[in-house]
Amino acid sequence: MMTEPFLIGEGMTGGYGTGADILHECTIAVNPGEIAVIVGPNGAGKSTAMKAIFGMLNIHKGAIRLDGEDITHMSPQGRVAKGMAFVPQTSNTFTSLTVEENLEMGAFLRRDDINVTMEQIFDLFPILRDKRKQAAGELSGGQRQQVAVGRALMTQPKVLMLDEPTAGVSPIVMDELFDRIIEVARTGISILMVEQNARQALAIADKGYVLVQGANRFMGSGADLLADPDVRKSFLGG
Amino acid sequence: MNEILNAIVVLSNYVLIPAVAYGSQLALGALGVTLIYGILRFSNFAHGDTMAFGAMATILVTWLFQSWGISLGPLPTALLAIPFGIMATAALLLTTDRLVYRFYRQKKAPPVILVIVSMGVMFVMNGLVRFIIGPNDQRFADGERFIISAREFKKMTGLSEGLAFKTTQGITIVTAIIVVITLFWFLNRTRTGKSMRAFSDNEDLALLSGINPDRVVMVTWIIVAALAATAGALYGLDKSFKPFTYLQLLLPIFAAAVVGGLGNPVGAIAGGFVIAFSEILITYPLKRVLKYLLPENLEPSTLVQLLSTDYKFAVSFTILIIVLLFRPTGLFKGKSV
Repeated sequence: MMTEPFLIGEGMTGGYGTGADILHECTIAVNPGEIAVIVGPNGAGKSTAMKAIFGMLNIHKGAIRLDGEDITHMSPQGRVAKGMAFVPQTSNTFTSLTVEENLEMGAFLRRDDINVTMEQIFDLFPILRDKRKQAAGELSGGQRQQVAVGRALMTQPKVLMLDEPTAGVSPIVMDELFDRIIEVARTGISILMVEQNARQALAIADKGYVLVQGANRFMGSGADLLADPDVRKSFLGG
Repeated sequence: MNEILNAIVVLSNYVLIPAVAYGSQLALGALGVTLIYGILRFSNFAHGDTMAFGAMATILVTWLFQSWGISLGPLPTALLAIPFGIMATAALLLTTDRLVYRFYRQKKAPPVILVIVSMGVMFVMNGLVRFIIGPNDQRFADGERFIISAREFKKMTGLSEGLAFKTTQGITIVTAIIVVITLFWFLNRTRTGKSMRAFSDNEDLALLSGINPDRVVMVTWIIVAALAATAGALYGLDKSFKPFTYLQLLLPIFAAAVVGGLGNPVGAIAGGFVIAFSEILITYPLKRVLKYLLPENLEPSTLVQLLSTDYKFAVSFTILIIVLLFRPTGLFKGKSV
């Protein structure tokens, strides 16, 4: 029998509030140091699947386990304390706070010295070191995404969840951001990411999930999915 | 030369000094309104009566101290009593939150409902204050009345116009400066203060960062209590205490907060002074200033009073409407109403 993945949302079925189900028996899993990417057409429930794993919607079937512990009914805040960090797609920085204050707020739950982590983040995103005293709202889109990822990393999470981190940034910035994400994964953090840019995202993914209408359609390693003619034809434009 | 000096003295005596003192009181009031708007996300109509309650609690403790023979010498005893007024106000606000606002917050009620709820709270607080201390004027100022009196000033300078600087005005200005510096230090330098700004900026992300919303709400009410009680006591000390006047103060205070930009503390302070200066300048008969500045044959025959003091609230109203029409986010970047 295979060992259980570090984080798994297994057979998740559910939707927002009391509304209709958006996810149907959807399973997503990720291991330490791995990058797992969720792709699929618009409205496939990619972000919803991620939010379900983070406890932001009602799951009435299935379970979510982190390191073997059942966290299906835990609040998002509780999951933060358990080592999960989430970067929303929009409004993911405190725009009126400085870059440094954004990072400090990311580490709000920590009582130890946060300066070491902050230095690591400045090493990862050197531009933020220069702009540390500037309000996050004054930065460019790509820089703001770096602040958002940096804020999430300040908790020293075991799992980093990113909802379309490259939405609205230029291709060059996207490549740069993907490089940084690979670097983060190399430190042993699990990365779970929803991406619109399927081809580029699968290229860096250890594991890919193709969702259609809230259910798993294909899964496999990023390279396998990229090579799969079915996936290519239906989702990657040939 | 003396003409110009006399004009400056008259202007300072009747406009500048009173406006700075009044502006400080409005600024402290508007800071409370703006913090509630920014963090708890509603316009708190009970703020005027919260100030009245704080002033009342301060007065009661002042009377107690006076009966015990405790005094601050030349300074008003009320200064010693303000901390107790703040504690009483904080207790009142936290109780109100527990009994009233929390219910609507948990239901995620829209701001407009909370505004109406705050009006209900306003009437209750208003009744509470009148029930305890009565609807009449109360005087509680003691100590030295003037820092500089008009007569001393005339003797000192030999000018024909006098300049009076009341102790209460001096105390109002100094206290406002101390309170504002402390508040900004708290909001910008401490962990709790930063978490309040983060919560105000982006509530969802604040929750994702592990910021405890209940604690933010509690600290906000305590700070609002400190601001309201201080502003209320200073206003009562400077003018006189009458519960009804605090209800009327609500308009200039809201005008100040909106003019500066709701949710923006710097804006609240600027707005307080804009409103205070406009109100006093427009309702003051400028003839006494102009008669020193203009040649004799041009001396105005009327009072040159743009608006009777009875209409002073119209000034805040007009500024409020102009700002809402042309710059709804206020002079400083605030949230649009």
